Amino acid sequence: MIPLTWSLALSAVLFTIGVVGVLVRRNALVIFMSIELMLNAANLAFVAFAQQMNSLDGQIFVFFVMTVAAAEVAVGLAIIVNVFRLRETIFVDEINLLKG
Amino acid sequence: MVPYLFLGFAAMLVATALMVVLHKNPVTSALFLVLAFCSLAGIYLLMHAEFLGMVQIIVYAGAIMVLFLFVIMYLNLKHDIETGVQTAVRRGLGWGLGALLLLTSGTLLTRGWSMGPVLAELPAQGEGNAAAIGKVLYSRYLFPFEITSILLLVAMVGAIVIAKGRKGPEGEGA
Amino acid sequence: MAELWGNAVFQVAFWAILKVGIILFVMLTVVSYLILAERKVCGHIQARTGPNRVGPFGLLQPLADVGKLLFKEEFIPADANKVIFHIAPMLAVFPAIVTLSIIPFGPPPMFQVTDIQVGVLLFLAMSSLGVYAITLGGWASNNKYALLGGLRSSAQMISYELAMGLSIIPVILEASSMSLNHIVDAQAGPLQLYGLTVPFLPNWMLFKPHLMLPFVIFTITMFAETNRAPFDLPEAEGELVAGFHIEYSSMKWALFFLGEYMNMLVISSIAITLYLGGWRGFGPEKFGIIWYTLKLAAFIFFFMWVRWTYPRLRYDQLMNLGWKILLPAAVVNVLIAGIVVYWRAHA
Repeated sequence: MIPLTWSLALSAVLFTIGVVGVLVRRNALVIFMSIELMLNAANLAFVAFAQQMNSLDGQIFVFFVMTVAAAEVAVGLAIIVNVFRLRETIFVDEINLLKG
Repeated sequence: MVPYLFLGFAAMLVATALMVVLHKNPVTSALFLVLAFCSLAGIYLLMHAEFLGMVQIIVYAGAIMVLFLFVIMYLNLKHDIETGVQTAVRRGLGWGLGALLLLTSGTLLTRGWSMGPVLAELPAQGEGNAAAIGKVLYSRYLFPFEITSILLLVAMVGAIVIAKGRKGPEGEGA
Repeated sequence: MAELWGNAVFQVAFWAILKVGIILFVMLTVVSYLILAERKVCGHIQARTGPNRVGPFGLLQPLADVGKLLFKEEFIPADANKVIFHIAPMLAVFPAIVTLSIIPFGPPPMFQVTDIQVGVLLFLAMSSLGVYAITLGGWASNNKYALLGGLRSSAQMISYELAMGLSIIPVILEASSMSLNHIVDAQAGPLQLYGLTVPFLPNWMLFKPHLMLPFVIFTITMFAETNRAPFDLPEAEGELVAGFHIEYSSMKWALFFLGEYMNMLVISSIAITLYLGGWRGFGPEKFGIIWYTLKLAAFIFFFMWVRWTYPRLRYDQLMNLGWKILLPAAVVNVLIAGIVVYWRAHA
């Protein structure tokens, strides 16, 4: 049995790395990957609590999160491909069409 | 044995996740993310979530990351090398905010908090994790499960429509 | 020493490592002779004898081949991504070797490294990791033919994985377990058909009418997953020179080859375990490994027979077959198998 605090600390570290990735990088694909990291940090916390509380509900949530992540990636990557076609770049600081 | 394995997987997870954020080449970032997902699958296995561990590899490493790689190769990206004051400011702010977030969660973890009520017995231990998940998924969570299928359908249609691009009246690609 | 031997964890680890060592040794030997077998089968199908110069009947040919490959010059393209170029061939072998650890070669626990509750899922996970070797190998070579081969293969493997996963589900329903051992146990004894017992036929999944189509679908996707003819588009010689491994030479190229044959062995083993009763056959249980070997040999011969008999599919035909025929058929079959299992449980 792994102590709950360890898993939660790991989850917090993973989430922070994801947040930093979103803030620091400008490549839309890497930002997207960082978002996946954050989702996985949440999943880890869910599984840790499920194990601690002898319940499967947490694992079911992770299952749903994975489904949503798959859907999100499919649509998100399609959008990125489209943006690249229009603007020839996926650096988010150069995609500033709405700024006028 | 298990705590050591957990520490090993955790170290690998943190290291690979950092490399995802730090590496300049998006393909390498994606590959490190695959490694991160695999070590997370290992942690799930240690937490007796065998089904999720395997699904994690199938869905994330086998499907989502392949899609990422496919798009990176399709777009033929160059290395992301940036310089200038603006970048330095953004980096400093980003890491600073990250440290603040970590500090907050550390404080939350070490200060007083308590778990809710713990279920008395393990649900369906004998028949394995996958069977137990299946039973809960198809009884208590049946409606969300059906909704997810609609969500996937919407995502599928959306991805195809968006990626195909606009077509003119003569069927010319935009 | 005696104290260490008494430790339960040490014992588990010791036996596991011993079994892994034996399986790896046997499988690597088998693979090197499979290449000879392939050339022999190819030769006889084309009305010639195949290699017969090195040793009696050419039996030492694999040694000569390995020696040649070891001494060949290693070539790395100037603009290649060096690290990924080196990692890709290893990735070709790794998933196959991991899957070997759950296959029951004979009566467990002696002839199996370990049995996990989600064995079928582990197989699917590892086969989905197989895409990386080819895609990355093709991309890192910095060569347009290699890249085309790599992209083709990732599209092909992703498309056929779906049909493969769906064709396994009826078997899981029938055995009501994802552990390979339970699936093999569910195929023991004479054939049970909707409440009737058919003598003289074993209770293999293959002989049950609602599981015949999944077997056919699994067999077709098997060829696509191992990138072998008639689905060998990633390395189509005529169009792509050699596809993803065009820039590879020496032992790295050999690793790709090793990966292909390892995958063939693994996927045939899974097919045998899921549909053909695994190691079960007539006679006492200790003959299990013999039955397993016979079935595996038959399957491998089938692989080679198809490769040297059928022409390659065109790319659009391949995609049509995968998405418009195999996938819907597999989905319908999941439904049918579900109805059969439900009816049997409630009637």
